[in-house]
Amino acid sequence: MKDNSVIERHIMSVLVDNEPGVLARVIGLFSGRGYNIESLTVSETDPERALSRISIVTSGTPMVIEQIKAQLARLVPIHAVRDLTEHDVAIERELALVKIINHGEERIEALRIADTFRARTLDSTLDSFVFEVTGNSSKVDAFVNLMRSLGSVEVARTGVSAISRGNNIDLEAK
Amino acid sequence: MPKSAPATEDAGTSAAATTTMMPGAELLLKALEDEGVEVVFGYPGGAVLPIYDALFKNNKIKHILVRHEQAAVHAAEGYARSTGKTGVVLVTSGPGATNAVTGLTDALMDSVPVVCLTGQVPTHLIGNDAFQEADTTGITRACTKHNYLVKEGGKLQSTVIEAFHVAASGRPGPVLIDLPKDILMKEAPYQKEAIRASATARYQPATEPDPAAISAAVDMMIRAERPVIYGGGGLINSGPRASELLTDLVHMTGWPTTLTLMGLGALSAADKHFLGMLGMHGTYEANLAMHGCDLMLNLGARFDDRVTGLISGFSPNSTKIHCDIDPSSVNKNVAVDLAVIGDATKILEALIAEMKKRKFKPHKTSLDKWWSQIEVWRKRDCLRFNQTGSIIKPQHAIKRLCEMTAERDVYVTTEVGQHQMWAAQYFDFHLPNRWMTSGGLGTMGYGLPAALGVQVAHPGATVIDIAGEASFMMNMQELSTLSQYNLPVKMFIINNEWMGMVRQWQELIHGGRYSESYSASLPDFRKLADTFNMTGLVAQSSDDLDSVITQMLDTPGPVIADIRVAKEENCFPMIPSGAAHNDMLLGPEDQAEKPVSEEGMVLV
Repeated sequence: MKDNSVIERHIMSVLVDNEPGVLARVIGLFSGRGYNIESLTVSETDPERALSRISIVTSGTPMVIEQIKAQLARLVPIHAVRDLTEHDVAIERELALVKIINHGEERIEALRIADTFRARTLDSTLDSFVFEVTGNSSKVDAFVNLMRSLGSVEVARTGVSAISRGNNIDLEAK
Repeated sequence: MPKSAPATEDAGTSAAATTTMMPGAELLLKALEDEGVEVVFGYPGGAVLPIYDALFKNNKIKHILVRHEQAAVHAAEGYARSTGKTGVVLVTSGPGATNAVTGLTDALMDSVPVVCLTGQVPTHLIGNDAFQEADTTGITRACTKHNYLVKEGGKLQSTVIEAFHVAASGRPGPVLIDLPKDILMKEAPYQKEAIRASATARYQPATEPDPAAISAAVDMMIRAERPVIYGGGGLINSGPRASELLTDLVHMTGWPTTLTLMGLGALSAADKHFLGMLGMHGTYEANLAMHGCDLMLNLGARFDDRVTGLISGFSPNSTKIHCDIDPSSVNKNVAVDLAVIGDATKILEALIAEMKKRKFKPHKTSLDKWWSQIEVWRKRDCLRFNQTGSIIKPQHAIKRLCEMTAERDVYVTTEVGQHQMWAAQYFDFHLPNRWMTSGGLGTMGYGLPAALGVQVAHPGATVIDIAGEASFMMNMQELSTLSQYNLPVKMFIINNEWMGMVRQWQELIHGGRYSESYSASLPDFRKLADTFNMTGLVAQSSDDLDSVITQMLDTPGPVIADIRVAKEENCFPMIPSGAAHNDMLLGPEDQAEKPVSEEGMVLV
C-alpha cells in the first residue's frame, strides 16, 4: 500500500455518453462524496457515437484517488476512466484568454512578456490587449501573475485538457 | 459488450415489420410484462393517469394501491428482497416522486433492485414550474443507481429494458424512469425482444472473478491459523445458491463465520460455526474473532462503520481478502490485502473449486486452538438476559416469537431501532431472503410497508413486522392497504413507549437528558386495529405473552400485537461509537466504567 497521507494531484480522462445529465452525475459524485475538482473540461469528441471526453484534475490521498476512479467507473453512461497520472506522463494543456488594461511602459512590458510566453495577441485597443496563452497550468499561472503586476486583468481559462504520450489509445468506448 | 449485438439488430430487415405502434402507456405495460413484472406498488395522480388507464385494461399486472409513495417503494423492496426479483413502483409527478425519495435512498443503501416509474408533466411544460412538476431526475440522481427522463417515445422500450437490466445487474439498486405525460399518450414503436441485446450492452459489470485473484486468495487461506469468514448482503443478493455455497465453504474449512445485519440467513443460525451478527450490537465472540483473526475472508460485505467501529483499531493484525461485486467498495473504508471482484456465487464456486484442486486442509492444531479461544468468548454469553417477574423483557418477547414460529414458513421485517437489533440478535434465520430490514439508511417506518410487499409475494407465508411503537407510527397509514387486500401481516410491536435507541444514546452519551424521545399520546393499538377491521391484541405481562403470540399466529388476516415491554431496557452488547471491537460494553454494569470518548460523541 502506498503512503496514504500524501495528497497527490491526478489528471483523469473519462469517456462518457453525451446525454443529458451526464455532467451533473460526474459533478454530483464529486460533491456528494467530498472529492476535489481542481479543473474540469468537457466536450463532445466523437459526434458519430455521441461520446464526450471529460478531463478532470483532482487531488487526494492514493486511497481517495482509487475511490474516485472506481466510483466514476460504475456510473452507467461512463464507458472508460483512465488515470493519466498513474502510469504515463500525461501531456496537459490549458488555454487562457487574458485581457490587460494598462498604459505606457507597463503596456510595452506586457507585450514583451507575452512574446516570451509565446502568447498571441487577439485584440488590442489603445489601452488594452487580449492575449491567448497555452501551456500547462503552471505556465498559464506564471503568465497571469506577471500580467496582474502590470495592470488590471481579466482572465478566462479552459481548464486542463490532457492525453497520454505514446502510441496507446487512452479510452475506448464499450 | 457482445459484439454480435448490432448484428442482431441489423439482421432483421424484418425488424421494421415486427415493430408495432401503440400508445406509450400501453407500450410501458407491455415492456413491464416482457420483464416478467407481476406486481406494481403504486399511487395514481394526474401525470400517470394514462398508465392507470392502461392498467385498467390489463389483466396480467396486479396493482397494489398503497397509501403513501414512500410505502410503495418499501413494499417493492420487501417484495424484491424476499423473492430476488425486481420490485416495481409507480407514482405520479411532483409530490409522488419526492415522497418516493426516502424509499429510493433506502434501496440504494441496501442494494435492492427496484424500478420506480414516475409521471412527469408533458415535455413542453418541463422547466416551467408547471403544476406538480419537480425536477425528478435532478432530485433522484443521488439516490438512484441510475435514472432516465424519457423525452422520445422511440426510446421508451429500450429505456425500460436497460432500467431493469441496470437495477438487477452487478450490485443491484434502484433505477428511476421519469415519464412525461405526452410520451405516455403518443404512439411509440414496440419491437419484440429484438432490441434487448443493444439496450443492455453498455452496462456490463464484471461478475466472473479473476482466476489469479482466486488463486492468491487460496494461498492466503492455506496459511491462515486464526481465520474468520465475514459475510454480508452480497451473499443474499447473489441468490440462494451463494448461501448454499457459503455453507459448503464453512463446512470444508471448519472456520468461524459471522454475518452482517444484511447477511443474516446466509448461514443457518443453528450452524455451530456461526458466531452471530457482528458490529455495534454484534456478539462478543463475533467481534473479538474479527479483532483477533489473522485472516479475514470478507464475502459480499462492505466494511460499514456499524461493523468496523473505530477504523484504526479494526482487526489490526489480519490479512484481509475482500470479495465484492462493486469495485468501489474495495479500499473505501478499510485497506485490504487482496480484492476479488465478482458475483458472490461465482467467487464461491471458484474458491471451492480451487481449494479442492489444491487439496485444501485447514490447520488442525491452530484452528482447534482458535476455536477454544472463541469458546471462551462464547461462554461470556453476551446475549443473556433475565426474564423475571411479570414485566416482559423485549429480548424475551422476540426469543419466544422465534421459538413459536420455528415450524412455520416465516418472513421477518423490522422497523429501525432497539427492536431491530434485538430481532437481529434473538431471531434465528436459517435461510436467505427471510429477513428484511433497513440497514444502510436506517429508515424508521420501513417494516410495515416492507412486510406488505413480502406478503404480496408470499401470500401463504407467515410475515411478521417486528416493530417499535415509534417507527410503526411513521407509516401506519398502510394498515388501510393491509385491510383492503386482506394481507395477513402480523405486526409485533415491542412497545416501550420510547424511541428506544434514541433514549439509549441519550442515557449513555448525553447524561440521561431524554430530550423529545418519549412516545407521548400513543394510540390504543387494539382500537387502531379495530378501526381498520383487523385484530388487535395486547400483552401486558409475561404470563400473557405466549398466548398473545399464539393468537396472533392463529388469527387469519392482519393482526396488531401490542407487546408492552420493560421501558428502560438497553440493547447490549454495544460497541460505543468511536471504540474498537475489543472495547465492548457487555451490559449495564459496563457502561459506567467506560464513558464514551469525546471523538465518539460526534459520531452517529
